[in-house]
Amino acid sequence: MITDETIAYAAALAKLELSGGERERLKKDLSEILGYIDRMNELDTDGVEPMSHVLPVTNVFREDVVTNGEDGENLLANAPDRSGDSFRVPRTVE
Amino acid sequence: MKLTGLTAVELGRRIKSGEIGVREAVEAQLDAISAKEDKYHCYITVLREEALARADEVQKGIREGRYTSPLAGVPVAVKDNICMRGVRTTCASKMLEEFRPPYSAAVVEKLEAAGTVILGKTNMDEFAMGSTTETSFFGETKNPWDITRVPGGSSGGAAAAVAAGEAFAALGSDTGGSIRQPSAFCGVTGIKPTYGTVSRYGLIAYASSLDQIGPIARNVEDCAALLELIAGRDERDSTSVTREGPAFGSALSGGVRGMRIGIPRGYFSGGLDAEVKDAVLAAAGVLQEQGAEVEESELEAVDYAIPAYYVIASAEAGSNLSRYDGVKYGYRAPGCGGLQEVYKKTRSEGFGEEVRRRMLIGAFVLSSGYYDAYYGKAMKVREVIRQGFDRAFERYDMLLGPTAPTTAPKLGASLGDPLKMYLGDIYTVAVNLAGLPAISLPCGRDRAGLPIGLQLIGRPFGERELIRAARSFEQTRQWRLPAAGCISDGRGGAAEREAV
Amino acid sequence: MKNYETVIGLEVHVELATKTKIFCGCTTQFGGPPNTHCCPVCTGMPGTLPVLNRRVVEFAVAAGLATGCEITGNCRFDRKNYFYPDLPKAYQISQLYLPICRNGGIEIETEQGAKRIGIHEIHMEEDAGKLVHDPQEDCTLVDYNRCGVPLIEIVSDPDMRSAGEAVAYLEKLRLILQYLGVSDCRMQEGSLRADINLSVREAGSTQLGTRTEMKNMNSFRAIARAVEGERKRQIEVLESGGRIVQETRRWDDGRNTSFAMRSKEEAQDYRYFPEPDLVPVVISEDWLREIKAREPELRDAKMLRYEKEYGIPAYDAAILTGSKRLADIFEETAALCGNPKEASNWLMVEALRLLREAGQEPEELALEPAKLAALIRLVEAGTVNRTTAKEVFEKIFREQVDPEVYIKENGLAMVQDDGLLRETVLRVIDANPQSAADFLGGKEKALGFLVGQTMKVLRGKGNPERVNALLREALGQRTAES
Repeated sequence: MITDETIAYAAALAKLELSGGERERLKKDLSEILGYIDRMNELDTDGVEPMSHVLPVTNVFREDVVTNGEDGENLLANAPDRSGDSFRVPRTVE
Repeated sequence: MKLTGLTAVELGRRIKSGEIGVREAVEAQLDAISAKEDKYHCYITVLREEALARADEVQKGIREGRYTSPLAGVPVAVKDNICMRGVRTTCASKMLEEFRPPYSAAVVEKLEAAGTVILGKTNMDEFAMGSTTETSFFGETKNPWDITRVPGGSSGGAAAAVAAGEAFAALGSDTGGSIRQPSAFCGVTGIKPTYGTVSRYGLIAYASSLDQIGPIARNVEDCAALLELIAGRDERDSTSVTREGPAFGSALSGGVRGMRIGIPRGYFSGGLDAEVKDAVLAAAGVLQEQGAEVEESELEAVDYAIPAYYVIASAEAGSNLSRYDGVKYGYRAPGCGGLQEVYKKTRSEGFGEEVRRRMLIGAFVLSSGYYDAYYGKAMKVREVIRQGFDRAFERYDMLLGPTAPTTAPKLGASLGDPLKMYLGDIYTVAVNLAGLPAISLPCGRDRAGLPIGLQLIGRPFGERELIRAARSFEQTRQWRLPAAGCISDGRGGAAEREAV
Repeated sequence: MKNYETVIGLEVHVELATKTKIFCGCTTQFGGPPNTHCCPVCTGMPGTLPVLNRRVVEFAVAAGLATGCEITGNCRFDRKNYFYPDLPKAYQISQLYLPICRNGGIEIETEQGAKRIGIHEIHMEEDAGKLVHDPQEDCTLVDYNRCGVPLIEIVSDPDMRSAGEAVAYLEKLRLILQYLGVSDCRMQEGSLRADINLSVREAGSTQLGTRTEMKNMNSFRAIARAVEGERKRQIEVLESGGRIVQETRRWDDGRNTSFAMRSKEEAQDYRYFPEPDLVPVVISEDWLREIKAREPELRDAKMLRYEKEYGIPAYDAAILTGSKRLADIFEETAALCGNPKEASNWLMVEALRLLREAGQEPEELALEPAKLAALIRLVEAGTVNRTTAKEVFEKIFREQVDPEVYIKENGLAMVQDDGLLRETVLRVIDANPQSAADFLGGKEKALGFLVGQTMKVLRGKGNPERVNALLREALGQRTAES
């Protein structure tokens, strides 16, 4: 049920690069796993509302008050590449 | 008996009375780590200098009355998916090998405010995806009962550290059994609290709607004491809740007389190991003797828990882990020409195989045309499972069953067959889907001497009942540390003592 | 050529005027050095979690109520997943399945009369960061200051049929949002951005054509031109037997044409799913009433009130209320000086003239009501004449001077000393005997010349009416004497 195209599409969405061997292995794994997952269809869920949250908690807010100071250096400290105060990436093209 | 053989609460008591110094406790614990780490590899990072400096600060704080919790001065460990300001927090992944968060998790703040001393960050499955701790980028952790076996996972390092005497107690996280199953495999006690009980702020997310931090310790009392420290509403986590009622630590006594305990029939069929089954049923018998009303019960739809779990967890994980793209923190693949290459190479090289597998499943089940059949269906199944538990809890105060279908498997035996590994989560994942609390505690050993875990599942916010029942059962058992050599009592034999 | 009809729908992104971001306590202030208005939450650091800003919900509801929407009693957030460096979590928290407002609409004026433009939905979401191309190193720099600034996206129905209607809709929407105070809607700063969905079809057809999308238009003028340009392009394609491709296009206002944006490497599959880190928002009837009760006076009501309460002509009231900023300055000035008509005159004539000269919009008017009010009072008190006052107004407009200080420092106050005025008048008459004679001979016009000469001597600081009166008086005496 899992085709090469499906694997390639999922990999593209997840931004993963798969080698040929890995692609074959994953195709087999995913076929088995998704095959097992398909068992869900045995359970009749007609008329069931999909769960949204496990606890009946609603309306959790913060007030509109500035609580954060400037913390730029801390945020940039883990950057794999930066230029001055900015994160740096290869040119984005449009 | 050696200091490192004490329970956390007992150590806290002796520190408070002045009988044991905080530095003495920390040094003893660090010595034990030095002696055993090569063998078990429970930790990714040991905070030796930090812990010693902290010990003196805590000692002073205890004297001055700033630290008054029952665990003040007690050395503890935290799983390496829990952020600690300035301390490398890796999720056992190459992706975060050098990541130092500029903030601490809410639970770390709470541990610090309570005067515990954090010793280090424990090993785990990469991004908590796995049931063996073998998917760690930093190498596997070994089961202290038998080093040819896995400690379980994903909180395998935490459970093994507690079992091996490398920590008095530890924090793990549980998304589909990751506290309970390693606790079972390592012969220790772990609690997965009701969803929302413990703040997830600073817990590096695997599956946000399922993740919950909880304690792993040597007995129920220690677990209750640690849970007490970390529970509570946190305004930084919208899903955390305000809980009412007395402290968990005060829920220990009272026994099980009159409690109604259901044993889901479905939990005792299929792939359940016979020795595990016997031990768990024997435990049920003990509780019955203690006055509980125990009977077989129905639990609807739990057969569909694993499929629903893997859809939901993978979908959420796929989204949660998309932020690891080589831009802001963590690994970036070297020598990339363009942006797309940075993304693809970084993520392909930075994530291990199991994580990549779940990223693919996650992308697939949410992708255009498949959402309803997979994610939508799984969320309906999840609702049916919750309703099934609701109905069960109309009749029973808690449900009883095994934590895992077998005892700890051999190292390397699970990785080749992911589906088989997923099926090992059969008794644990439904609890996360329904947001329920559950406890795993030792209830015997198989012929090979490996620990067997008993699981008690409570209704939402039913931790106190679970603690009371677990404590009641625990008192009938000899509490054992792992086999000879793991804990030195100075006599060359296995340390053993009666439960407190 | 066949007869074509243009079908336009707009997706308008509006930055809300909250103090803090939608999910964390960082400031929303515009500008600042890169990555200074951010924290671990809005930069998507591992382990961080969003907490919803209550005011974002209230602003979104206010916008919904003012545009006739139904408010969703139980609304939720969803994740929209895609990779881009300006999106640090690699998902945007937005609303797909249960947006906060639905099924509204507003009325616009067209040549054919009033027309209702439907609003399909309004949803809340977070803004992304900013990418800056660094030409020296040929790379892209990422700044997350805007990341997490709250937005509402207002999605219209495809109800507009011309550039004029699209602009009228946007202008109306902007006024509503500005009056509500939910956004300053400054297009230059990007706090109001519009995406245009446009298709054409043969007149009379009920089926929609294939549409294209043009993103992030940031001026009304560009929008009008983009609609015209894209309409023409699509008709040309169809007329030459081609097919319209559903795609995102970029409008190049300089070249007056749109071109297809290079399609992203991957297919757009956002894999929306409910955001597990946020709980549902339940909006009770009580809360709705509370928000409704706080609704400020909107434009139409204000316009009527200006006419009724202040006696401002309808045309002027429409202009004044056509910009929230203008209306705010007007009301405050009127309240401070107690002379609404004068306040209106200064704004309608001088302020708008100066704005036009500067090529600015009324929204950009930086005029302190207290200063204008002070100037009006100074004119009323006869301290300065109107000509001088216009000069002072310009100084207030351009340099924010304090009128009283400025008048004093530059000696612009009118000469109030009647003795001095009389003396000056007499000197002017003596110096201009012919004009004096002309006036006395019945040439009224000659008096104007004498007034002018007197004002010149006074360097403009005389009260022209008083000068006029004194001249008549002095000349009258001359007659009597002669």
